[in-house]
Amino acid sequence: MRKVYSKIESISGNVISVSAEGVNYNDLAVVTSSHGESLANVIRMNGNSVSLQVFSGGRGVSTGDEVRFLGHPMQVSFSENLLGRIFTGSGKPRDNGPELTENMIDIGGPSVNPAKRIIPRNMIRTGIPMIDIFNSLVESQKLPIFSVSGEPYNELLSRIAMQAEVDMIILGGMGLKYDDYLSFKETLEEGGAMSRTIFFVHTAADPIVECLLVPDMSLAVAEKFALGGKKVLVLLTDMTNFADAMKEIAITMEQVPSNRGYPGDLYSQLASRYEKAVDFEGAGSITILAVTTMPGDDVTHPVPDNTGYITEGQYYLRNGRIEPFGSLSRLKQMVNGDTREDHRPVMDGMIKLYAAYKESQEKKSMGFRMSDWDEKLLKYGALFESEMMDLSVNIPLEKALDNGWRILAESFTSDETGLRTDLLNKFWPSEKESR
Amino acid sequence: MAKNLGKIVGINGNMVSVETDSQVSLNEVGFILLNEQRLKAEVIRITGKRLELQVFEATSGLSIGNSVEFSGELLTVELGPGLLTQIYDGLQNPLPELAEQCGFFLQRGIYLNALPRNIEWDFTPSAKVGDTVSSAYTLGTVPEGQFKHRVMVPFSYTESYTIKDIKSSGKYTVDTEIAIIEDEKGNKYSVSMMFTWPVKRPITAYAERLKPGAPMVTKTRIVDTFLPVALGGTYCIPGPFGAGKTVLQQVTSKNAEVDIVIIAACGERAGEVVETLKEFPELIDPQTGKSLMERTIIICNTSSMPVAAREASVYTAVTLAEYYRQMGLNVLLLADSTSRWAQAMREMSGRLEEIPGEEAFPAYLESTIASFYERAGLVRLKTGEYGSVTIGGTVSPAGGNFEEPVTQATLKVVGAFHGLSRERSDARKYPAIHPLESWSKYPSVVPVEKVNYARSVLFRGNEVGQMMKVVGEEGTSIEDYLIYLKSDFLDFVYLQQNSFDPIDASVSVDRQNYIFDILLTILGGKFDLSNKAESRKYFNKLRQIFLDYNGAEWQSDDFKKLETELIDLIKVKKSGNLEDAYIFQKV
Ligand SMILES: Nc1ncnc2c1ncn2[C@@H]1O[C@H](COP(=O)(O)OP(=O)(O)OP(=O)(O)O)[C@@H](O)[C@H]1O
Ligand SMILES: [Mg+2]
Repeated sequence: MRKVYSKIESISGNVISVSAEGVNYNDLAVVTSSHGESLANVIRMNGNSVSLQVFSGGRGVSTGDEVRFLGHPMQVSFSENLLGRIFTGSGKPRDNGPELTENMIDIGGPSVNPAKRIIPRNMIRTGIPMIDIFNSLVESQKLPIFSVSGEPYNELLSRIAMQAEVDMIILGGMGLKYDDYLSFKETLEEGGAMSRTIFFVHTAADPIVECLLVPDMSLAVAEKFALGGKKVLVLLTDMTNFADAMKEIAITMEQVPSNRGYPGDLYSQLASRYEKAVDFEGAGSITILAVTTMPGDDVTHPVPDNTGYITEGQYYLRNGRIEPFGSLSRLKQMVNGDTREDHRPVMDGMIKLYAAYKESQEKKSMGFRMSDWDEKLLKYGALFESEMMDLSVNIPLEKALDNGWRILAESFTSDETGLRTDLLNKFWPSEKESR
Repeated sequence: MAKNLGKIVGINGNMVSVETDSQVSLNEVGFILLNEQRLKAEVIRITGKRLELQVFEATSGLSIGNSVEFSGELLTVELGPGLLTQIYDGLQNPLPELAEQCGFFLQRGIYLNALPRNIEWDFTPSAKVGDTVSSAYTLGTVPEGQFKHRVMVPFSYTESYTIKDIKSSGKYTVDTEIAIIEDEKGNKYSVSMMFTWPVKRPITAYAERLKPGAPMVTKTRIVDTFLPVALGGTYCIPGPFGAGKTVLQQVTSKNAEVDIVIIAACGERAGEVVETLKEFPELIDPQTGKSLMERTIIICNTSSMPVAAREASVYTAVTLAEYYRQMGLNVLLLADSTSRWAQAMREMSGRLEEIPGEEAFPAYLESTIASFYERAGLVRLKTGEYGSVTIGGTVSPAGGNFEEPVTQATLKVVGAFHGLSRERSDARKYPAIHPLESWSKYPSVVPVEKVNYARSVLFRGNEVGQMMKVVGEEGTSIEDYLIYLKSDFLDFVYLQQNSFDPIDASVSVDRQNYIFDILLTILGGKFDLSNKAESRKYFNKLRQIFLDYNGAEWQSDDFKKLETELIDLIKVKKSGNLEDAYIFQKV
């Protein structure tokens, strides 16, 4: 039986310290107060003084409360029984189902040996032209959606989750609004995907420390399923809340902040989660799609900034559309070469013309004269925005490419597109089709 | 001898505090004993009996009272034949072997031999019994891939020695004794083909350090012509995320005209290393006809690997570079990203509760960066031969703003600055090096007056471009408009380069000089063009042909045909005869 300590020496924010012996770094403890039980883990040791962060927060903890060390770090149960279930950040059921305690595995495990990684090669089709044509999502990619609050990023996430050809979905919610949590649930239930989904949800009303656990819980489970051969899609929303939770703990621990209050290891902390995205040779894979809201719509804010340095591209969601500029899938070239021969040229060609449209638009707004060419571009831009960028469009890649050709033909003559002659001969729509 | 021991008294992230009665030195390596495991750590502060150690592994599961065993040695790497083609982590653990042992995941506390002990190398002695030798003196050679790897007197042997015994030609493993040397006092030492060296101490077993001059050819036009790097020089590539730092380094690692390339993937994505790892063995080095992997070493401590080992990884990399420099080779070290290394220092400094400087970086950030880049250099060896270490580091500035401590500290010490701009990368103008804001102190592969002329066109063109944004095309004179078109042309066909085109990706110095003259004909020429629409059309045509010309194989029929086409088109609109057009006489 492990020893129970009943003298908490200090309580500051969510961090308590107690005098204890025989404790291991990172170990878990149960703190029992008049408000109930909470888990806590060891984050610093100095002689006999052990500091712990209390998952449900320091509020209500009193110096006389009991601390019982469990002798192991944070763990999560792993089995098929997780499927269809909803848990809190610390792994407690949120759906009135039974608590799961079988086959406990450690979270936050070691990283994959780079020598064991393989080059990503499978495209994940989403039915969204701005993704499939212009910035293809690739199995094992890690990619955030950069956005601001108010934008429909969670809708976009659940839509991709529903349409992506993956074996299972793990949703890690951090600081999620309760309504958003319910809509995720509804969408997945309606789409019949609930039985292949696991939720680890921390809502805005839950204790902050539980928010910190969500990515590790989600990814530890994902990793096991992937090793078992499953293609897992992990959705993490909103990673900015995760970073803010880290900031809060760091400040409590009196760490010197590096940039706007965030701890100096923000990059490493985010990276160790995102780098869990992987394709296991001969087994399954983990693809991570995250949401990073940008405070003040500022991409140089430390959270989006550090994220951009870690992930393999980003989708900018602005005014309900995925922006063609700034959005980037760094892995797209690994898959878009063998979809259809016109994929790459259409992708490049349409974006170049869209950039030219933007210039014409700017000239127009400054009152400069519009040439015939400018007028053509303006027509093209309008078509591009309504038929390609609109997120309600839901069509397979091939259909989207065909639409691309139609839009080009409606706006330009073939020699104005800058596309290669052999492609034009093959794909340029005839008069009738282009109507 | 009894081992020096200590006990853990505090744990904070990857830093542990230890108390000991033994004598321990700064930067000494200690091993934390945890059950069956031994976790490597380095002493980073000593205050009386209390030591602070940075642990190169995850610290989860450690507890107060765990024993620490001190090794008496600083953090070292193994030097000897068998380094090339290896993929190491920051502590010189061979990752493929580790994978064989542990499977998909890294496992802490497992340290394998950096140099394979089972390979027998074909040793040929070049010294004989009775010879007087000193550190770095070549005792013999073994073939290592395409190189004659020199088996040298270990660099720590700083006195004068006499060879007492040396093995004859034959096959030996790295740990076999191949010579016995004796110092003046009569002490004998056994020497094998491998030895160790502390990574944080520069190797200086050469005769003298020289000023870099000869270009380190990268075959990237904007670099070699406008922003050159010298053999033995240093340069940095700062840029916001996604601007193309890694791609630029990957291209350089393939094309650079050097003997050996060491890639230090420091705290960046594992996936990017995998690309190199899988691609290089398949790629042929045009200079040697061998696989590129044969000239490459990869040190890979990616972002999710332990942070302290990341700090060590750049030192591991530069030590290996200095080692091969001692063999008279030109070595290029590419570090991506030095900011991650600086952040590793910052994390440790924070745990040590040192007084923070700007953005919480430690006060010694600047001097640490300076002394790292100082390990580059062109040297004359004791044999009279030359060798060099060139260092290129990427910098990942927070928010893409170059006014931050790491970029600023780096700019103070490097010889060339290749600043990537978000504006250029957004416009897909790759490589996105800003041609006007970047600089280099090294000589170009193209005569300087020509480069200066082109730069002045670029500068003026940029001014006109800025002005045009305000007054529109209508408000710009035709003369100014032509300058704008010329500068845009230069940007398009020379500064921009398609890294993924088999021909355009690497352009030899000869070709750079050759096409630069044609380019100057256009930049310096007076054209018979009177309206803007016509001018734009004409330059678009020129541009189209020049692009095809860039894509044609050097001196092929296609190349010559396109050149004729180009010259003919120039003649159509140029006033005066073609020869005048060359403002600089062709030699
Ligand atoms: N020379 C180039 N030619 C074509 N595309 C390029 C080039 N350089 C960069 N890119 C494009 O930009 C993307 C990002 O480039 P890269 O990974 O080199 O950026 P980075 O500056 O290293 O970013 P980070 O700091 O996030 O690592 C690439 O995946 C590629 O799509
Ligand atoms: Mg990079």
